[in-house]
Amino acid sequence: MTDEVHADEVHTDEGSSAAPGHPTLRALAEAFPSVGWEEFRPPAGPYQPIAHVDRGDLVAFLTAARDAGFETFVDLCGVDHLGRRPRFEVVIGILSIRDRLRLRIRVPVPGDDPVVPTITGVYAGANFYERETWDLFGIEFEGHPDLARLLLPDDWEGHPLRKDYGVGSVPVQFKAAHRVR
Amino acid sequence: MSDTPDYVEGDLVAPTLERPEGPAEPPDGAEGTRRLHELWVAGTEEPRWLAAATDEGAQEILPADVDPEVAYEAGAAVVDDYVAEPEPAPDERQIINLGPQHPSTHGVLRLQLELEGETIRRVKPIIGYLHTGMEKTAETLTYLQGGTNVTRMDYLSPFHNELCFSLVTEQLLGVEVPPRAQAIRVLMTELNRVASHLIWVATQGMDVGALSMMLYGWRERERILAFFEKVTGLRMNHNYIRPGGVAADLPDGWEEDVEELLERLPEGIAEYHELLDENPIFLDRTVGVGVITPAECHAYGITGPIARASGIAWDLRKAFPYSGIDRYDFDVPTGRHGDVYDRYLVRMAEMDESLKIVRQVLETMPAGDYRVDDAKVTPPPRKRIDESMEALIHHFKLFTEGFKVPPGEAYQAVESPRGELGMYLVSHGGSKPWRLHVRTPSFAAVQALPVMLTDSLVADLIATLASTDPVLGDVDR
Repeated sequence: MTDEVHADEVHTDEGSSAAPGHPTLRALAEAFPSVGWEEFRPPAGPYQPIAHVDRGDLVAFLTAARDAGFETFVDLCGVDHLGRRPRFEVVIGILSIRDRLRLRIRVPVPGDDPVVPTITGVYAGANFYERETWDLFGIEFEGHPDLARLLLPDDWEGHPLRKDYGVGSVPVQFKAAHRVR
Repeated sequence: MSDTPDYVEGDLVAPTLERPEGPAEPPDGAEGTRRLHELWVAGTEEPRWLAAATDEGAQEILPADVDPEVAYEAGAAVVDDYVAEPEPAPDERQIINLGPQHPSTHGVLRLQLELEGETIRRVKPIIGYLHTGMEKTAETLTYLQGGTNVTRMDYLSPFHNELCFSLVTEQLLGVEVPPRAQAIRVLMTELNRVASHLIWVATQGMDVGALSMMLYGWRERERILAFFEKVTGLRMNHNYIRPGGVAADLPDGWEEDVEELLERLPEGIAEYHELLDENPIFLDRTVGVGVITPAECHAYGITGPIARASGIAWDLRKAFPYSGIDRYDFDVPTGRHGDVYDRYLVRMAEMDESLKIVRQVLETMPAGDYRVDDAKVTPPPRKRIDESMEALIHHFKLFTEGFKVPPGEAYQAVESPRGELGMYLVSHGGSKPWRLHVRTPSFAAVQALPVMLTDSLVADLIATLASTDPVLGDVDR
């Protein structure tokens, strides 16, 4: 394998919503004009293209991206920007081994309606990640085959990674079996 | 049993119970029959009723004084299935729990198995037993303290966690660490990879019956950990690699220590090859077992040695080089069959490659500073604190308030011994991360266990599980 080349190949204005220069991404940008694009080039670190996708377009966009070469599912997580609008964000990472290219997809999710369509139909590996995000953020993934809590017990109350779920202000659970199924 | 404890809601308790065969009433004093899931406390007349739950969801241990009938009804007390149905039909499927406490689960992992005889028809991994909210904790620690948190996630490769956290922080800071710091980072992480693979080969050997392998693997690993202790002060959980560089320079005489490691470790690895490569029992247990195809690896986000054993030539050290690792010459070994034996071969070859990198680091270690000379990120040298008020203020601010990281978000992945370890950092401009998500390779591997295990035998489960090298602290975080 040769050295990383993409940081040199791709030339677009930083932070603009213009389509990125990599041919795979440019094709995606043309197919989905509503998607906003962004790039992050740290002085030390890899080139990171970012796509801002609406939740309505998410499944179609990911299907197109998978077919365009992003065959590897990497990551899915939630972010709670409490105090900003929209409040939540679901961040998905996918990878094209052929193009040696990563793509980060940011999906804004409103705080009063935290629902996102599931992407398990596109990437089977998103299953546990969506369950974890539901568990810790309370973001619902519509159509998920088994949206149960993953890391916390089934009868846990609340979603701890939300910013309004305080640290230390929560009574210790498990003290006794007050509630049994 | 009429007295219902007041904290149990009435509708949960059925008035009468038709129990399966077995003791109808809890034992009465010492005269009673001993029942399943009952704890007899030595020296007391009364058995303490401590029915442990195996039912999913009811994970609490009931208080000692709870009404046994209520516990039974709630599903927390269990009567032996074989008593209930003494002669199950031969084609019946049964559900068996492997774990959470089982030596072969490499931690606290529970697998619900649906068995048809000896054949696994369905697997459901149940995780979370080691969940301690480390991502939430990360939001309450400064970037300087964050290393102590992340290093405990994957306790078999702490340096990779620290490296990943440091790199992602440096991305947002816009800091580039000096060459010597980069070389030290490579040296430590590659030695850590060997140490982690040694543990893997030790436990894999043990799980398929090669018990002597266990002793040898830990023996060799201990040599590496002794070196880590000399450099960082700790055998594990070092917090040595920090944003801006490393915590301290290598100690005097490190060259001799690494030289000795480079001499002793290959001897040990050659021994393992001799022990396992053509061992008929090992071959029987591993060849063709736990296969995963490249397409499944992609869909489930499987990376690292498991993917490489399936024939995917993908290594982040080559694809997205970090910390100057592209300066060193090494190969990426891949397998073809995607079974447990190929994972063994890949990991054994990776140890050789890592030692090759360590040899090159030893020969080309650059001189210079071991951290960036930026008082906003790293503490000033000790002697400057005596001379300069500014340095003293910087030192004080750094360790009380921490440094601020500009707003933004970044993702950094490093090739940990288990695959792609990624950290996604969101900063709102403060001295603590707004959000730190850790994408761990073990999590993806545990999720993909059903793919590898469905329609295999129970005995193969142990070999397959061991071959994915899961670290449950890393899975649950």
